[in-house]
Amino acid sequence: MQIQSGKMQNRLGGWLVVAAAGAAFCLLAVIPSPAQAPAYKAPKTKDGKADLNGIWQAMNEANWDIRPHAASQGPVFSLGAAYSAPAGLGVVEGGDIPYKPEAAAKQKENFTNRLKLDPEIKCYMGGVPRSTYMPYPFQIVQGTDTMMFVYEYAGAVRVINMKAPTKAPADSWMGWSNGKWEGDSLVVDVTSLNDQTWFDRAGNWHSDQLHVIERYTRVGPDALQYEATIDDPKVFTRQWKMSMPLYRRMEKNAQLLEYKCVEFAEEVLYGHLRKQPLKGDSK
Amino acid sequence: MRRHVLSSLIALVAVVSLASTLAAQAQVAAKPAPAAKAWTMPRTPDGKPDLQGVYSNATTIPVARPANLGAKEFYTDEADKAASAAAGRGGAGRGGAARPAAAADPEGNGLAVHYDTSQFGLGGPTVKRAASLRTSIITGPEGRVPALTPEAAKRGADRRAFQQEHQWDSAQTRPLAERCITWGFEGPPMMPVGYNSTLQIVQGQGFVSIVQEMIHDTRVIPTDGRPHAPAEIKQWMGDSRGHWEGDTLVVETVNYNPLVSIQGAMVSDAAKVTERFTRIDADTVTYQFTVDDPKTWVKPFSGEYNMVKIDGNVYEYACHEGNYGMANNLSGARATEKK
Repeated sequence: MQIQSGKMQNRLGGWLVVAAAGAAFCLLAVIPSPAQAPAYKAPKTKDGKADLNGIWQAMNEANWDIRPHAASQGPVFSLGAAYSAPAGLGVVEGGDIPYKPEAAAKQKENFTNRLKLDPEIKCYMGGVPRSTYMPYPFQIVQGTDTMMFVYEYAGAVRVINMKAPTKAPADSWMGWSNGKWEGDSLVVDVTSLNDQTWFDRAGNWHSDQLHVIERYTRVGPDALQYEATIDDPKVFTRQWKMSMPLYRRMEKNAQLLEYKCVEFAEEVLYGHLRKQPLKGDSK
Repeated sequence: MRRHVLSSLIALVAVVSLASTLAAQAQVAAKPAPAAKAWTMPRTPDGKPDLQGVYSNATTIPVARPANLGAKEFYTDEADKAASAAAGRGGAGRGGAARPAAAADPEGNGLAVHYDTSQFGLGGPTVKRAASLRTSIITGPEGRVPALTPEAAKRGADRRAFQQEHQWDSAQTRPLAERCITWGFEGPPMMPVGYNSTLQIVQGQGFVSIVQEMIHDTRVIPTDGRPHAPAEIKQWMGDSRGHWEGDTLVVETVNYNPLVSIQGAMVSDAAKVTERFTRIDADTVTYQFTVDDPKTWVKPFSGEYNMVKIDGNVYEYACHEGNYGMANNLSGARATEKK
């Protein structure tokens, strides 16, 4: 925005600065501020619920590390600058994760051994909340008493039950989701998650006691505010929260495409069992 | 619960012959024709027919018609059905022979391992199925998948030869189902499997989403009239576009990955599948499909079955995540070579 107003000033003369500053003020005013209750009034579906239909995606660096972090070199040196980690301001409210001491040590171990351990490398379903901010779109299909959240990564899917809450028969990768409306916010209670997923590539982790309460709120024509309250008494000293905006994929032809990544993970998972080992580590 | 237990047993290569494992005793009572009862089409808030719900597409109908029935598309009644089934058993074996051999083993690995679904409480009586007097899922006087073109026969034979030669070389040469990439029944066209024949439909603004329990395969189908995605993008489930014709949802799918098989035959880049979903009463959706691929079959073929609403959920099928069998099989092959 500053660069834009600078260009205008050079081209059209100093008197436009006032107008540009005014425009900047207006733009700032409509950018949703997560700290305040959003003033935006969500459009409604025909049955009167906030309309969350759409293909959404995070635009942040949380999948590398949900905490504030500087840019760093990626774990595979031959990939150089292309697959290194960009810096991010973090999405954890208050910045840090309240790990118990031994749990904090395990995160460091996870990070050191991430090439062996990160479930993303193995094409395992991302779990909740990680699937929300992996660098792939996901789609909300909003039915009347059921919603379907479909994630491009690994074709993971969640069915959100909007009727009387039900209980999971067993733990699973994407958990068990009971949803309800609180005003115009969709609140999803996610339980029965297994202990196999991570929060990010930095090895931030949880146990099978993880309980996530998600909130999805429209904050603009093309934006949702996402909040996830994380509770896991085995791993953390208290509840904590992450939040971030999610953005609509606005391309007219936007659609989920397949990212059935099993094929891409087979060599890393089973390559050592090949009859003829592949030469080199790339195609 | 049981399905979860089963999901973790992915080491089994389960290619199930439908007709052979499913007994007829658990059929849901036939629904009267819509005209006989005051039933009105339930609609979503935007006025489309409401197809939403959890369905079973389990069926006792074989894909291909037993040879002894000729052009007979329907049994006259249940007694006729029972008698014909018994006669069929005396001949080519429990209806299984009506299925093309390749369909049970599309990649020619000789792995048509039989799988006793009753062992897991998933067999006949526990599975809800729509009643039907159809003699085969494939419709028309022939009631079977037409002959392959010479091109397609060669395509399939080459692939099978490659698979057989390299079957234990690596994960990449194992069958697609064993790799948890595609089960081979998700389609489209969606074909009933011997177990976990459960799917769920949710309708949102401009999209219809269908998740099938088998390998949690999900299609989110645009219904807003947009054209297909570029043909460079080949997908395991193709690229689907839907529209409404009256109260029927019509879905057309193209751009299949060249390794996809339909009824045991690897399809070509010309493959087009049209599906029709019509809700006919409170519990039943009629599913019809036409497969047209002139480079693969000498003519198009069509099929039909009913899916019935069930009181339950689609559960997560974490196929790849639980695929211990892949590493075990390959390490077994390596150990055998050392002997």
